[in-house]
Amino acid sequence: MSSLRSFLRLFFVGGLISYRALFNWLRPSIYIPTMLGAPIFQILFFTYLGRFRDLESDSWFVVGNAVQSCSMAAVYAGTMTIANERWMGTLSPLLASPANRAALFLGRSVPLIANGLFVSAVGLGVSSLLLDFHPAASSLPALGLVVAVSAGSCTGFGLLLGSIGLRARDVLFGANLAYFLMLLFCGVNVPLDALPAWMEAIGRALPLTHGIEAAREVAAGAALGEVAGLVWTEVGIAVAYGASAYFLFSYFERESRRRASLETM
Amino acid sequence: MLRVFLASFAFHLKTLTLSSFFVLITVLQPLIFASIAFYIWRAGERPGALLYAALGAGLMGIWSATLFGSGGAIQWQRWQGTLESLIVAPVPFVVVLVSITLATSTIGLYALGGTLLWGRLLFGVPLELEHPLLFLLALPATVVSLGLLGLLLSSTFVLYRNANALSNLLEYPVWLITGLLVPVSLLPGWVSPISWLIAPTWGVRAIREAALGGDPLAAIGMCTVLGAVYLLLGIVFLRLFERLARERASLSLT
Repeated sequence: MSSLRSFLRLFFVGGLISYRALFNWLRPSIYIPTMLGAPIFQILFFTYLGRFRDLESDSWFVVGNAVQSCSMAAVYAGTMTIANERWMGTLSPLLASPANRAALFLGRSVPLIANGLFVSAVGLGVSSLLLDFHPAASSLPALGLVVAVSAGSCTGFGLLLGSIGLRARDVLFGANLAYFLMLLFCGVNVPLDALPAWMEAIGRALPLTHGIEAAREVAAGAALGEVAGLVWTEVGIAVAYGASAYFLFSYFERESRRRASLETM
Repeated sequence: MLRVFLASFAFHLKTLTLSSFFVLITVLQPLIFASIAFYIWRAGERPGALLYAALGAGLMGIWSATLFGSGGAIQWQRWQGTLESLIVAPVPFVVVLVSITLATSTIGLYALGGTLLWGRLLFGVPLELEHPLLFLLALPATVVSLGLLGLLLSSTFVLYRNANALSNLLEYPVWLITGLLVPVSLLPGWVSPISWLIAPTWGVRAIREAALGGDPLAAIGMCTVLGAVYLLLGIVFLRLFERLARERASLSLT
């Protein structure tokens, strides 16, 4: 019973404190321009580009970019949640503690998923005011579920990159690069069938791709059951990246102890 | 003063070249955005020259480099503890700051060179320029006007503690309203007058008309005029900031 209480305390309280401590985005002067303003302008930029090139509808670009915007916090924060412990010198005490690693990981993911959901919702809401994007109200719960699953898979991906940060020196560079590459490979602004086959194959193994596809269909009126295959694939990708992150973290933790290389920068 | 300017310019050019963040935003990010633009150009229904997209994507990289470099210019000096020394030095601070902001826009040339080469090698974009000499004139005019816009940004961002957040915010809007990939005429009418005040609007027009055909001289002239206005405003804002910082003893506060 006490171990369950300890797990839950670490999961909820630890996750929230970690979120507030590692990311000072909670200050409105930073959060609003970075997490809300920039994605809205990204949606506008690509939607107008689509109009100019006569490629797909406003809705296609709005949903793609709004869902993708949930990955900003998820990928960067997922990476930084581990990498910053190293930078701030708190990694050794953290790893010396008997804290359950699964609770540690999962607890840190929840605020990121909630944050991703909020960022995407703001993007979709503002787009419905400024652009030709008017989804049916009945589609919103399903859209929310798809975004939450996509944010989860991006968080798993970010945690995997963060785990690599236990060994690599400049993992934030990798996170930045991965974030921009996802714009290209995940069908956010370029239809997957317009990409070469090898790029499409990589895109299908990345988070977001199936989530975006499902969200577009839901926004166009499809029921959740009709996109269940896409959503479950995105869930599978989330689990795969999350599990890989956990095992890689455990492996690097053991190796770091063996080689005494934990604080090597 | 000229010696300080040149030495500082060269120093910051080398420093930025070695920064992994600037490698990302001046080399890798523009290549990714150029690829997105090329695929959108190919997939779209409307015909259009890929060189148009390549030049726009290159200018996007120059703007990103200017925005992040100039936006953080004074903050970096603060973090490194060199801001006080630069302010009290006999050389006017604006000379050092201009050298930094010009270095950030100059390093953006990697983006333009990279996207043109990337387009040629991977997407078969033809690199035949209609007016090669005017292209060589348009390029420095654009880079200098963006660098001086960077001076104006850095001198105003100093009043805002979270300037990096503003930099994050201003990347896409300027890409959009200056017509780097989307023609300004496609945007709501009230956007045009705003776009006329921003150097990349004229820079991309100058470079495109030199490359694809047209008369780039008017746009080059506008880059020069706007650059001079930015310089004057930057000097005024910097003097104001310097006086306020001395009065409030807030120079090194972050």
